[in-house]
Amino acid sequence: MNAVGWGLVSAVVVALAATVAALAVPRRHRPAVTGVGVVAAGLLGTVAGVVATTGTTWSVARPDLLPLIGLELDVDSLSGVFLAVGGVVAIAAGTYAIGAARHGLDGPGVQAALPAFVASLLLVPAAGSVGTLLYCWELMALTSLVLVVAEHRERPAVASAGLWYAVMTHAGFVAIMVGLLVAAGAAGDGSFAAIRAAASGLSPAAASPAFLACLAGFGSKAGMVPLHPWLPRAHPEAPSHVSALMSAAMVNLGVYGIVRVGVDLLGGGPSWWWVTVLVLGAVSAVYGILQAAVGSDLKRLLGYSTTENMGLVLVGVGACGMFAAAGSRALAGLALTAALLHVMTHAAFKTVLFLSAGSVLHATGTRDLDALGGLRSRMPVTTAAFGVGALAASALPPGAAFVSEWLLLQALIHGLPAPGVVPAVVLPLGVAAIALTAGLAVATFVKAFGIGFLGRPRGAGAAAAAESGPAALTAMVLAGLACVAAAVCPTLVLPTLAEVAGGVVHAVPAVSGTVAIELVGVSGVLSPVLLVVTLIAAAAAVVGALRLLARRRDRRRARLWDCGAGPLSARMEYTATSFAEPLQRVFDDVLAPEQDVDVSHHEESRYLVAAVSYRRELPDRVERRLYTPLLDAATAWGRAGRGLATGSVHRYLGYGFVTLCGLLAWLVVTR
Amino acid sequence: MSALGVAGGVLQAVVIVGGAPLLLGLMRQVRARLEGRAGPGVGQPWRDLRKLVRKQSISPRGTTEVFRVAPVLLVAMTLVVAVVAPLVTTASAVPPVADLFVVVALLAHATVVIALAGLDSGTAFGGMGASREVTVLALVEPTALVAIFALSVPTGSTSLPTIVGTALDDPQRLISPASLLAAVALAAVIVAETGRLPVDNPSTHLELTMIHEAMVLEYAGPDLALVELGSAMRLSVYLGLFTSLFVPWGIATTATPLALALGVVALVVKVGVVGAGLAALEVFLAKLRLFRVPELLAGSFLLALLAVTTAYVLG
Repeated sequence: MNAVGWGLVSAVVVALAATVAALAVPRRHRPAVTGVGVVAAGLLGTVAGVVATTGTTWSVARPDLLPLIGLELDVDSLSGVFLAVGGVVAIAAGTYAIGAARHGLDGPGVQAALPAFVASLLLVPAAGSVGTLLYCWELMALTSLVLVVAEHRERPAVASAGLWYAVMTHAGFVAIMVGLLVAAGAAGDGSFAAIRAAASGLSPAAASPAFLACLAGFGSKAGMVPLHPWLPRAHPEAPSHVSALMSAAMVNLGVYGIVRVGVDLLGGGPSWWWVTVLVLGAVSAVYGILQAAVGSDLKRLLGYSTTENMGLVLVGVGACGMFAAAGSRALAGLALTAALLHVMTHAAFKTVLFLSAGSVLHATGTRDLDALGGLRSRMPVTTAAFGVGALAASALPPGAAFVSEWLLLQALIHGLPAPGVVPAVVLPLGVAAIALTAGLAVATFVKAFGIGFLGRPRGAGAAAAAESGPAALTAMVLAGLACVAAAVCPTLVLPTLAEVAGGVVHAVPAVSGTVAIELVGVSGVLSPVLLVVTLIAAAAAVVGALRLLARRRDRRRARLWDCGAGPLSARMEYTATSFAEPLQRVFDDVLAPEQDVDVSHHEESRYLVAAVSYRRELPDRVERRLYTPLLDAATAWGRAGRGLATGSVHRYLGYGFVTLCGLLAWLVVTR
Repeated sequence: MSALGVAGGVLQAVVIVGGAPLLLGLMRQVRARLEGRAGPGVGQPWRDLRKLVRKQSISPRGTTEVFRVAPVLLVAMTLVVAVVAPLVTTASAVPPVADLFVVVALLAHATVVIALAGLDSGTAFGGMGASREVTVLALVEPTALVAIFALSVPTGSTSLPTIVGTALDDPQRLISPASLLAAVALAAVIVAETGRLPVDNPSTHLELTMIHEAMVLEYAGPDLALVELGSAMRLSVYLGLFTSLFVPWGIATTATPLALALGVVALVVKVGVVGAGLAALEVFLAKLRLFRVPELLAGSFLLALLAVTTAYVLG
């Protein structure tokens, strides 16, 4: 067993030991024990992942470990990337979880589920057979479900979110199972190696349904539109460190599944598969960020931003498959490198954003941006952490996501000279979608940071906020440092990622360089570290010049001028809703907001207004159009079936008798 | 990092910082003359800056570092663009940063920083300005990126020195339909991003119609001087970039003093002419209603997309 094997096995063993310990130790020590267990498992998983990305592979087959299907693990460099990302997120989330007792989350079930969830996050990318993958996938779904409904006693919305999540994740599970079983059936064996070997002989009539089923299943886990409605419900309702694990680590595994099955196991497939992926990704990106831009619930906004970012990753994956199908391997490698880098940066900033949102939620008791504000002086570390995350998420230089989006745009730009009508239509629209996403992401995160943290408090909760405990602060600082590192020196990991991506699509690494990101095969160069240095130098020059020129160096504190108006109250401030109102108006036709204004009059005269009530709702339109009819139909079906079940035992026996007779009659006729 | 690039970087920083207020003065003077006023003269923005720098800095109560740092960052980010973009010379002082995406995104970041400062002040006008500015920015970014895409498809690179160099070598490409469409789209971007008519009225005194000015109402003294200088530099940098991309002639390709002097003169003349033309046009324009602005930007987005398509079909 090599370092990868040791790391992975010990990570899983530590996590499972923490699960057992959580059930055994007294309530007081429980969060500390599970938190430390999760951090240790995360560390070990990160080590295993990092070693695996350098090319060390590890596989094991133990038919005796899991009943019926056996356990097969197979870690290669692609698994390594997702292992490492999951591990790093787990370190931050585990650190945060140590302080979670303060949030009233020390029940045995919730505490035991957390390490088990982390173990499953590490095992899914390591799975080496269909059976193992499905088993770990289901473990991940169940443990995360337990964590999502952790606070169901406090808020009724949690139960509804849990229901959505449970149903959709299991529908996705069935889709993945069908897809993988088709592929495994054709190969005659469930191990990935066998499927890979048999892929070339698989007929398109079998491969395409298999891929589409897997795309639906894995895509729903990644929050791909239109299979996303569970995500903006479940992620916000979970405790915040769980939200971080789900939004930064679990959704990645959807992308992993698509890459693993589509590119690796099924060997690429025809171009239209990947055009589908790219288009779905672009739609997800735009739809997700549009919903985030007009939303005012901090955690729900972050959930929609996850849909957006996974959409961008899917654009990269789709472009990769499309280029590979067209034969341009170098570009395919570049697109996949961009996608993998975006997975990594997204994990970094989404962790810090969810952890600081959790810190805010804990301190103020609300996640409604309209009631927040003025947190800078009350919660300085949380504000700084959220600021770093928001900069990274808004794809502005020198932020983390800028680098990955730059790489993605480079791949699309250099892909345009590809022959055929489809790339000529799809690639510009892809760029347009990314561009629209970039603009709206800026608006979203200016709103989230500017309204949520700056200005003055808009509610009593925000006015009375106090900074979180040391565990939460440490977690936020760790995740924030990861964001800064991803923004300043992505070149530390990029050549490795390029090698991994090159290995997947059988091409030379698409990116090299230590100071600057240099594209291989096409022209393009970017140096985030030089950009930061130049910016700092310019800022220093400006401050220096100002010092030289200014006559008076002291600053005077004075009251806000505010155009000479009287003292400000919080009600005069802009809120998140008013901030997003112009954007909502611009995208009125897409968002279709519902608003009611009810004016009631005094009895004496209808010219005197007694009260005005205003209600505005921004429903998720995909959900309204697609899922509401579906749910209504299911309800109607159930209601129709109710007549059959009256509670009479005689009647049920009668059903059995009639069915049996019918079956026998059918057998007689057909045989 | 070449000698040409370094010389260009230094010269550009000096020309942009020194010339930006003069450009603003020139545009105001042109406008004043066309409206039949005498005008304060081209040097007035510099005199205003001198006056402001001599005053005391003020920190309004309730504001944070974001408010204090924003003016410095605005000028610093614009200065970085002024240094790295090929304005006087075709080479860049820091080539790995001279990417068209980086440059446009940095200028957008400068806007974001000021918008955050507006929100930080916690006033109704600050929030209103920030909200409007960010809305415009969110709609301008797509146009800018797609126009960049159109410009970089024929050259196969988003590196600014490469694009400008290719245009110099092959001037016919500049009058291709793709390039012309991209030029119109980028012009709309520049008008919106620098807060000129018909998107924003830079000389308005009515807070309710302001976009950019509403965010910076709370600034005073040296901070205000930096904000004003930064806004002026943005305008010059945008116009300089526009002329470098679409009218690159005169730009220095060698590091001889003569070529560099010619490059500086060419930049000043080109930006001056474009700026004066913009000011003259503005006399005939009224500010658009805020909710008509998206229509203008959607139109320019369509042009940019059309530019990409023609770049592909004809290129």
